[in-house]
Amino acid sequence: MPARIIETNTTPFSRVAVDPISLDIVENALRNARNEMDAVLFRTAMSPGIREQHDAFPMIANHEGKMVVGQFGSFLYGFIAGYGGTIEDGDIFITNDPYSCGGAVSHLNDWLLMMPIFHNGKLVSWAAMFGHMTDVGGKVPGSLPTDAKMIYEEGIIIPPTKIYRKAQLQDEILNIMLHNTRMPEWNKSDFFAIIAALRLAERRVRENIERFGADEYISAMWDMLDRNRAAMSAIIQMIIPEAKDGKKAYFEDWIDDDGMGNGPYKIACSLHREGEIAYFDFSASDPQSFSSINFLLNEEMFKMFFGAFTINLFDPQILFNDGFYDLVNVHIPEGCILKPKKPAALSCRTHMLGRIFDLMGGLLGQGAPDALNAAGFSDSPHFMYSGFDKDGEWYQLFQIGFGGVPGRPAGDGPDGHSMWPAFTNVPNEFLEAYFPLRIREYSTIPDSGGAGLHRGGNGIVIAYEMMEKGEVSIHDDRWLTYPWGVNGGQPGLRSTKCLVRTDGTEVNIPSKCDRIEVNPGDILYFNTWGGGGWGDPAARPAETVLADVKRGLVTEAGAKRYGVVISNGEVDQAATRTLRQEMSAKPKREGLFDRGFTSIEELKDRCKEETGFDAPRAPVFRKQFRMAAE
Amino acid sequence: MPDTADLAADKSSPGGRRASGLRLGVDVGGTFTDLLLLDEKNGRTYMAKVPSTPQDSSVGVLNGIEKICRTAGVDPQNITEVMHGTTVATNTVLTSSGALVGLVTTKGYRDTLQIARSYVPGGLGGWVIWNKRPPLAPLEFTIEADERMDARGNVIVRLDEQAIRRDLEKLLASGIEALTIALFNSYTNDAHERRIAEIAREIAPNIPVSTSAAVMPEMYEYERTETTVVNSYVRPVVSKYVANLQGEIQRRMGGDVNLRILRSDGGLSSAQGAMDQPVNLLMSGPAGGVAGALWIAKQAKIKNLLTFDMGGTSTDVALIQNSVARTRRETRVGDVTVRAPSIDVRTVGAGGGSIAYIPELTKALRVGPQSAGAVPGPAAYKKGGEQPTVTDANVVLGYLPSDAKLGGDMEISRELATQAVGKIAETLSISVEDAAEGIVRIVNENMVGALRLVSVEQGYDPRDFALIGFGGAGPLHANALARIVKSWPAVIPPGPGVLCAYGDATTRLRNEASQTYVTLVRATSDAEIGAKLKELAASAAKELTDEGVSTKEQTVLYQVDIRYKGQGMKLTVDITPADFAAEGLAGVTRRFDAEHEQLFTFALDAEHELVGLRAVVQGAEKSFVNPEAARDGTDASAARTHPTRIYADGAWRDGHIYDRGKLKPGNKVPGPAVVTEMDSTTVILPDHVGVIDDVGNILIWPADHKNAR
Repeated sequence: MPARIIETNTTPFSRVAVDPISLDIVENALRNARNEMDAVLFRTAMSPGIREQHDAFPMIANHEGKMVVGQFGSFLYGFIAGYGGTIEDGDIFITNDPYSCGGAVSHLNDWLLMMPIFHNGKLVSWAAMFGHMTDVGGKVPGSLPTDAKMIYEEGIIIPPTKIYRKAQLQDEILNIMLHNTRMPEWNKSDFFAIIAALRLAERRVRENIERFGADEYISAMWDMLDRNRAAMSAIIQMIIPEAKDGKKAYFEDWIDDDGMGNGPYKIACSLHREGEIAYFDFSASDPQSFSSINFLLNEEMFKMFFGAFTINLFDPQILFNDGFYDLVNVHIPEGCILKPKKPAALSCRTHMLGRIFDLMGGLLGQGAPDALNAAGFSDSPHFMYSGFDKDGEWYQLFQIGFGGVPGRPAGDGPDGHSMWPAFTNVPNEFLEAYFPLRIREYSTIPDSGGAGLHRGGNGIVIAYEMMEKGEVSIHDDRWLTYPWGVNGGQPGLRSTKCLVRTDGTEVNIPSKCDRIEVNPGDILYFNTWGGGGWGDPAARPAETVLADVKRGLVTEAGAKRYGVVISNGEVDQAATRTLRQEMSAKPKREGLFDRGFTSIEELKDRCKEETGFDAPRAPVFRKQFRMAAE
Repeated sequence: MPDTADLAADKSSPGGRRASGLRLGVDVGGTFTDLLLLDEKNGRTYMAKVPSTPQDSSVGVLNGIEKICRTAGVDPQNITEVMHGTTVATNTVLTSSGALVGLVTTKGYRDTLQIARSYVPGGLGGWVIWNKRPPLAPLEFTIEADERMDARGNVIVRLDEQAIRRDLEKLLASGIEALTIALFNSYTNDAHERRIAEIAREIAPNIPVSTSAAVMPEMYEYERTETTVVNSYVRPVVSKYVANLQGEIQRRMGGDVNLRILRSDGGLSSAQGAMDQPVNLLMSGPAGGVAGALWIAKQAKIKNLLTFDMGGTSTDVALIQNSVARTRRETRVGDVTVRAPSIDVRTVGAGGGSIAYIPELTKALRVGPQSAGAVPGPAAYKKGGEQPTVTDANVVLGYLPSDAKLGGDMEISRELATQAVGKIAETLSISVEDAAEGIVRIVNENMVGALRLVSVEQGYDPRDFALIGFGGAGPLHANALARIVKSWPAVIPPGPGVLCAYGDATTRLRNEASQTYVTLVRATSDAEIGAKLKELAASAAKELTDEGVSTKEQTVLYQVDIRYKGQGMKLTVDITPADFAAEGLAGVTRRFDAEHEQLFTFALDAEHELVGLRAVVQGAEKSFVNPEAARDGTDASAARTHPTRIYADGAWRDGHIYDRGKLKPGNKVPGPAVVTEMDSTTVILPDHVGVIDDVGNILIWPADHKNAR
């Protein structure tokens, strides 16, 4: 039964005509409100994940729960449909349970807070925000256990709960939550920081209503939703060809392994259009995994990813919203790795979440190769380090790494940057001041970006020297498959991790692992992957390649991938001409994509030699999921 | 450690200055150079306006000095102080015309600027269209020093002097024009930075060297490196400009004239200080406006106000509370952000020249950030511009009458403005007047966004503030903005176009000394912190004393940066030495909790952590009394020049044009009205009244407000 909304004023809103100018003004006012929510949060939160890296996302929705400003689409549909109680003035709801909110949040670390905003006894809007807590309990520090088989191993599960009831904090409930985490101080501060951001949104919404009137405000939101719908309708018809003779676009990509020796796991999607509706079908994806790499993909969130990517090309100033949802149909079968059944573990869903972007890029780009980007840093790999220091104090770090943005039609991919909105790195001086760490190196990895007319961005190396005995967890990917290049561009380099012990022993560290013991003086080299290249590398001006070499971003050997020969710090024009002629004489690769392998089997055959690790075993799926997925 | 490290001592001030004399404020804008001469003895002021000379702005300044001395009938030799707000540093950044900068980092950190904070602007999918600007210190001119400090300032790898000397010899001979040394953890110990600077000076004495701990002694390697690189980037241009100007001024006014440059934080810098640390001048121009607003506010006896300085391409807003401008520890110019203290001025990329357009797909009306600039300019200026701008909209609406003077030589074509705005009207199928009003409303909304950032976002209610509009276009929009944010009155100062020069001339001498000092409050004591603050105050006071400000004319304020342990931000708590002596750190934490609650709606019971200490020393305030004009009756009709009509709230309304020069204190100008003066035009909307106060400001109130009746 859906939630019951208690309103003391039952007069329905009436839709009034809003002049286009007032509409734009409401749009700007809401845009400002969202920026303010972020500003308040980042200033007051304590965990480095939120305050330095900005792993938190705000939203303002209309009274029906449709997102009007925000990043990832509405968190509210699943919640309102699934919550059995009442929604009243003064309530604020909290949940972190993906299975209770249709995947609005996708692992337990994300605490989602939702606040209905009332005005004169009527529900007029929602404000919501979720943020990644450094720890929510469970079997490992950081609460992201690679080997979890069930969600119960991943920390405290909070079903949708009124954490404020009639504006009163339910502090005993909050206490239970905090009591179950390793970092209660951080969680508490982050929690109140999110509440402060929601309160700010509430004030802004009420100001807008006072300024424009309730009907005008509500109608303006409807108009904004309609405006997006009209724009997206045009875009969909422009970039997605209508299915003729049943022909659909299709693309697939992989998560390399599950941390338990199985992989790669395939995600696949087909796309076509019928009339004005776009159909995304994930049926060809693998069934759910036994480990925690499953990703409960909210269909609405996927629609938002799709919309945000495409609309950026046409009107970057638009406030993107839910208005076009009925133009997109997303099918994800139950039991699929993108729609696992409870109680499947979910904590390490970050790779799958990131890979969705590569998948979508490859899928959409086939219809418009000029707008096609290469594969980029489609992940948020984690480094976690924790233990008791010499004084017996618990320390615990959760950090997200960055890598190469792909080569794009717009230009080279930036080196060591984030593809997630708002994310930033943690300053190394901050790490050294507050954690028992010394960062010996923090630089880009030459040649790690794929060669292309537009170069893929380089990955980066972070060399962590541990100053205390402790444990390290790592979640990473693309150690086996490559970030692919497009339109003649080459793939980027894969990720690697190497732990150098004080006695000089080098240990090759796998991409997904927990509880690696470390001792003072051990150095972990965490090398992230580069972005794929875009376009023919031999077409890149030799002087540009030379500049990259002088900047240390490409080596002299690496310049040869562009057909450029450099000697004594200058381009050797004659040798370059010869090399480029040789390159153009070779037969051209077929197709838009260069994945760096011909088949998964071929890739596995050279896995040990190239990576030092045994090739992962082909995953075995439980029968009922396999059937469900088919 | 104090941030005085390795910069050359200030040599610009030979002992005290003459007891009284003439102070000259000079503001160089994109189009005009404004001057204001203040006679300290009798409080008289003189204004002059000459065209700016962008090729070498000191030419315009010198032309202006000649003109103002002629008008005022004074001998340049009698001018004792020249206070100057300059946009030279800002423009160098905005036009990418700075020096070729070489950079020395710690081994392992050469890509600090290349990686930056890994941030990609633009939201989800923003990376698809974003191209990163290359670092201001190119990687091919970046070298690494083999050395290392830890986070407590202990040397863990000694500096390899031989290697760095060898690499520096190569780098300094490679064509770089300035050098930055920014080493990891140098905020805790900058011995290696200073040593490398010494070696660099031995090798190439003429290449200016900036070291990061001297420019910004704070944690965060990217921000500190970027700040110091920007210092190097603008340094040759600024040094040359300031040195030239100082030379020319001394030639005309005598060797003992003091040239001072307004800093971003509203303080004054000696000429030498400006040449050494030009990164502190990035907001020098806007700071002059805020200082001018402060001056006006004092005259009008208004303590709380929002400032609104609208020019051709951008608009600056700031907040003044209790006669003090809010400052922050960061300065932003274009896409460059540096950690240098500045008045909390927010800039919106929207001004009179901002272009209105309608994206094909969404049919939304957007204004800016593209600007028609000075060339081709708004369509109405008849310089070939065809795209509709905010100025054109103001012309269509009658706010900017076609006989307005615009500083004398520019003509306005109503016809061309109507044509340009007509394109928007056609696309939206509305009348040209409604399209024009729409453009103005949208741009006003952008301004409101900026006003919010400095007020509401900081926990202030704009209704408790007046709003002062100045700059070329501020007086056109001030009434409308005040109406949206309910900040009354809207204040239009006399000579709104030269307000920055006013600010320059009336600014107090100010210096500060600071130190990063991260410690838990419980781990230190009132005595320890008190001693450190005293030491900082003494160090900051020295420059003022050297400049001839006697100790008893100086006022000292302590500032403590503090946060809850674990937070990333910090708040700055101001406390007087007397209050600190009485209340100690308990007084500091109490003030912090209160401000945290005001800003963020909650305080925590977490531990407090000190982050930095600072002492600010100011010279005595100069008071100038504006000669008050005789009060007149309320009837302003004697100042009317002719009838006009303006379009507001969807209808044409009849009103009058007034000559500002003829308005007298006590006069009331009923809206709709347009008030013109030398370089600015004020709009008073229907149902509002402009009241002339005792010192010549127009105070605009809603007609039904008690102060209007």
